[in-house]
Amino acid sequence: MATQAQSAEGSQNLGAGEGDVRRRDFLNVAAVSFAGVGAVVALAPLVVQMSPSADVLALASTEVDISKIQPGQGVKVSWRKQPVFIRNLTSAEVAQANAVPLSELRDPQSLAERTKPGKANWLVTMGVCTHLGCVPLGIGEGENRGPFGGYFCPCHGSAYDTAGRIRQGPAPLNLQVPDYKFTSPTMVEIGATEK
Amino acid sequence: MSFSWAKPYEPKHPFMRWLDERLPLPRIVYNATGPGYPVPRNLNYAWNFGVAAGLFLVIQILTGIVLAMHYYATADGAFDSVNKLIMRDVNAGWLLRYAHMNGASFFFIVIYIHMFRGLYYGSYKAPRELVWMLGMVIYLLMMATAFMGYVLPWGQMSYWGAQVITGFFSAFPLIGEPLRVWLLGGYAPDQAALTRFFSLHYLLPFVIAGVVILHIWALHIPGSGNPTGVDVKDEKDTLPFHPFYTAKDGWFAAAILLVYALVTYFAPNYLAHPDNYIPANALATPAHIVPEWYFWPFYAILRSFTVDFVLDAKLWGVLAMFTSILLMFFLPWLDRSPVRSGAYRPVFKRFFWLLVIDVLILGYVGGAPISWWRTALGQAAAAYYFLHFLVILPLVSRFETPLPLPKSISDSVLHGEAAEAAPVGTKRGRKTAAATAAAE
Repeated sequence: MATQAQSAEGSQNLGAGEGDVRRRDFLNVAAVSFAGVGAVVALAPLVVQMSPSADVLALASTEVDISKIQPGQGVKVSWRKQPVFIRNLTSAEVAQANAVPLSELRDPQSLAERTKPGKANWLVTMGVCTHLGCVPLGIGEGENRGPFGGYFCPCHGSAYDTAGRIRQGPAPLNLQVPDYKFTSPTMVEIGATEK
Repeated sequence: MSFSWAKPYEPKHPFMRWLDERLPLPRIVYNATGPGYPVPRNLNYAWNFGVAAGLFLVIQILTGIVLAMHYYATADGAFDSVNKLIMRDVNAGWLLRYAHMNGASFFFIVIYIHMFRGLYYGSYKAPRELVWMLGMVIYLLMMATAFMGYVLPWGQMSYWGAQVITGFFSAFPLIGEPLRVWLLGGYAPDQAALTRFFSLHYLLPFVIAGVVILHIWALHIPGSGNPTGVDVKDEKDTLPFHPFYTAKDGWFAAAILLVYALVTYFAPNYLAHPDNYIPANALATPAHIVPEWYFWPFYAILRSFTVDFVLDAKLWGVLAMFTSILLMFFLPWLDRSPVRSGAYRPVFKRFFWLLVIDVLILGYVGGAPISWWRTALGQAAAAYYFLHFLVILPLVSRFETPLPLPKSISDSVLHGEAAEAAPVGTKRGRKTAAATAAAE
């Protein structure tokens, strides 16, 4: 069957040498490629439907009044369906964070790099453990703050210091600092950039 | 596909003959689970758990389809649809829900016994490597299905389970976080995640059923293994599946269902977590977050990595956890001993039971709250788990001297016709049995 078809094909294929691509081969490859590319493109909507939709992506910003937060206290607010910790550090906690040499840290960052200029006592971080996404303890009154006085994740035992930096346990990174700005000395807008 | 002495399918009723010529479905069933499938005559009770697993798959699909008729896959309504509508309002809803919830646990109980049976008797060895690997595919699908099903009631454990398990993917460098967001359809589990988990939780059991058919098909090419690990040689070694093993599997299914019913009716929440009766709260993680019991050993391996070494501790944990399961696919090539059954491998047998204890320790550590000594214990147990498969198993299969194998299955079962035929408990029976034992 196949050899007959080939010889018939060969006689039709005027002017083509032995090693050249025959017209039928070209048609086969072109047709299958066209269908293959089409099938891959048709997969695109099936893949992108999984991504967050525009309403989820919209960077909703949250304004928080921080005037009532006394030194040593903190609040937990919801932003993009995720918790954000806003903590008013005591001067002892600031000193404790600044006393740590950066070389000792898994993810080296100073407290100054993690806070706004002149506002080193206001620590604003995501309340999402960088290990597997649990909410660490330590923001509420009387919660376990772990061995470094910052936050302690109950899921897998990651401990953060008073600057929200990872010090012990499986988490690879410091608690993430979200985009935020002070709109007034007592108001913070999370999700907004300085510019 | 079967032994030459297998009973041929000969439909008697004219309709069955008519059907057989057009769609030989009854023929396939007859040759797979009927008199047409010869099975080694010496199977012990460890061989009953495959059929039991199939039974629980059926129970899960039936109860699940009915529960889906009453469930709302919305972030606002899911918790109430389970805990108020199904548990209180729907007629017999509480029973169906508890049956589904505990059915998942029992499915895993029988699957774990089924898998350890395979490990002990070398069921993964040639010519049944693909049977084993398809079984591992089923197991992975079961894990995915069980995880997504556990998210659906949208309680605290559901929510934080979804957060932690999808968090595994964020461990991979560069693509990790975008991949996690893509899987969830958001930055944290929410409506998008819940709906897609529901869709997949409904789909995957049917995929499992499909792979189960491949698993059985691949098994029926060489035929079932047996406790001696010796190949079937002639008709004396086998019995037809029906009525012998249908009867044995049938009564054993009834026995397991009895235990299942006891748990479902009298301790329906024994294997569950009280925290999952608290509605999902995105701002507070439960103090002691653990997965369902059937994931505990793997959870312990995940938690064993606490220090960075070249890679992040987090990535090590995730890689080790996935590897601990994927490793099993390579079992046929890690254990090269030509003797299948652990009963004839004195050294392997000891290490097998050590592995069982090791997995139990991992399970305990994975389910208990974190403390320094439990972490250390978990690390030792996790290290031993990998040591067993990667070092001990290949070395044992190389250096061990196995015990002499019986000449055939019937030889190992029938210790001489005289003892076998004598009534149980009579003097002659005991005497001949003793004489045969002495002769051996």
